[in-house]
Amino acid sequence: MSVKVEEKLFQNRYLVDEGHPHVCVPEGKGATPALKAIISCCPAGCWGLTEDGKVEPTLDGCLECGTCRILTAKDGDLNWNYPRGGFGIAYKFG
Amino acid sequence: MAEHFDAIVVGAGPAGSAAAYTMAKAGLSVLQLERGEYPGAKNVQGAILYADAVADLIPDFREEAPLERHIIEQRMWMLDDRSHIASHFRSENFNEEEPNRYTIIRTQFDKWFSSKVREAGALLICETTVTDLMKDEKGRVVGVRTDREGGEITADVVILAEGVNALVASKAGFAPTPNPENFALGVKEMHFLPQDVIEQRFNIGEDEGVVIEAIGTVTQGMLGTGFIYTNKESLAVGLGCMVSDFAHSGITPYDLLENFKQHPSVKPLLAGSEVKEYSAHMIPEGGYKAMPKVFGDGWMIAGDTGQFVNSLHREGSNMALTTGKVAGETVAALKREGKPMTEANLARYRQTLNDSYVIKDLKKYRELPGILHRNKQFVTTYPQLMSKAMESWFRVDGIDKRTKEKSILKSFLSARSFTGLIGDAIKVARAIR
Repeated sequence: MSVKVEEKLFQNRYLVDEGHPHVCVPEGKGATPALKAIISCCPAGCWGLTEDGKVEPTLDGCLECGTCRILTAKDGDLNWNYPRGGFGIAYKFG
Repeated sequence: MAEHFDAIVVGAGPAGSAAAYTMAKAGLSVLQLERGEYPGAKNVQGAILYADAVADLIPDFREEAPLERHIIEQRMWMLDDRSHIASHFRSENFNEEEPNRYTIIRTQFDKWFSSKVREAGALLICETTVTDLMKDEKGRVVGVRTDREGGEITADVVILAEGVNALVASKAGFAPTPNPENFALGVKEMHFLPQDVIEQRFNIGEDEGVVIEAIGTVTQGMLGTGFIYTNKESLAVGLGCMVSDFAHSGITPYDLLENFKQHPSVKPLLAGSEVKEYSAHMIPEGGYKAMPKVFGDGWMIAGDTGQFVNSLHREGSNMALTTGKVAGETVAALKREGKPMTEANLARYRQTLNDSYVIKDLKKYRELPGILHRNKQFVTTYPQLMSKAMESWFRVDGIDKRTKEKSILKSFLSARSFTGLIGDAIKVARAIR
């Protein structure tokens, strides 16, 4: 069984910081095993493989949990920051 | 902002607010910085609130805090795909004058708690992300940098209560490179139902609450637990598994949650509900051995940033409140004594924690995370064996009871062997002794 995570994220409230992604893959980094792992681990389904085999995020639904950060921390496969103040997920219930 | 503060607190979760509240009450000038639009905007919890740690700060919190239900019944479930074995503890003693545990809606609670912090005199600035710590030439922490223009602010001491991701602490070299085996990822949905429906389904009265914790095949071989908590007009439904296990399994967290919701023991409890939020958050579950150093020259760490979570007992918010409070008290006491916020003086924070339930409990279970990581049978094989045994025992089918006994014993021996069973018993004893 597979669910559409987008339908879940649709319930949430976000203040999207257009043009300021808070997570990115460093320039020149290929699809490392850790980066591939975060595709399935991300609870918001933010990550995917591009046609040229790169792992890239779409951060609009990011829940800022940090799972991708933890999985890639050892080899520095991601530049991970908190979103700018006020932006990102704004939980109603938490 | 050129102003200098006695203390800066990073984060307005339970740890940060407990610290800020304690110091503001003691008359210190306190700046608290929160990156969310409001306190609680970034925070997720099951959520169960442990009254004792709150009452320690605000004795009469029950009169005004947004509490959902006090818990009168704890259900422990062991699930396989089609069944569950349960042990319930319900007691009228939990219907007491001052109940011990409550379900809460975390964002609402954090907003309320923060209002008390501001009443006590702390200055709270939201929508401001702390990006780094400022250090002097000797490496002492002297303030914070933020993402606001001209956002450098100084203080005698900085308390890092930034939550599980410990980004500022990591940048400053105060937290180690995170290990996926030390973190669980939890996902949760808020399911809304009419109050009377919840009370009928869970066999509870007005204000009474039930907690369900579930282990078994629902985590699909990963180390983790599922949960259902009753709020007044909603159910919090979720599960959490180790991040390292998610990476190995390739199972997505949302598919796992969906499967849990479809379990025949869970589905009827949620029937007809309206989902209003989907959340995810990490929990630091590395325990005592994963704890970073929590104080130094001009800084302290409180709450999830310091890995203060007792995963077995599902305690974290209480440890956040207690560590925040003790950190705040340490600063207040040093101020009173006219002493500087040096590493040697702030060591008092850790000493006080050593004598409290926080470090005592974390120390007690220090072997647990490692043992569970190496022995997944406790959440996979055993729930399945137990379920089959129960089914055989209760099914009346013309097979005599001695034959059933033998076949149950055989199923355990073939799954785990005699020495395996003994070994597992010893492991459990070692993990929780």
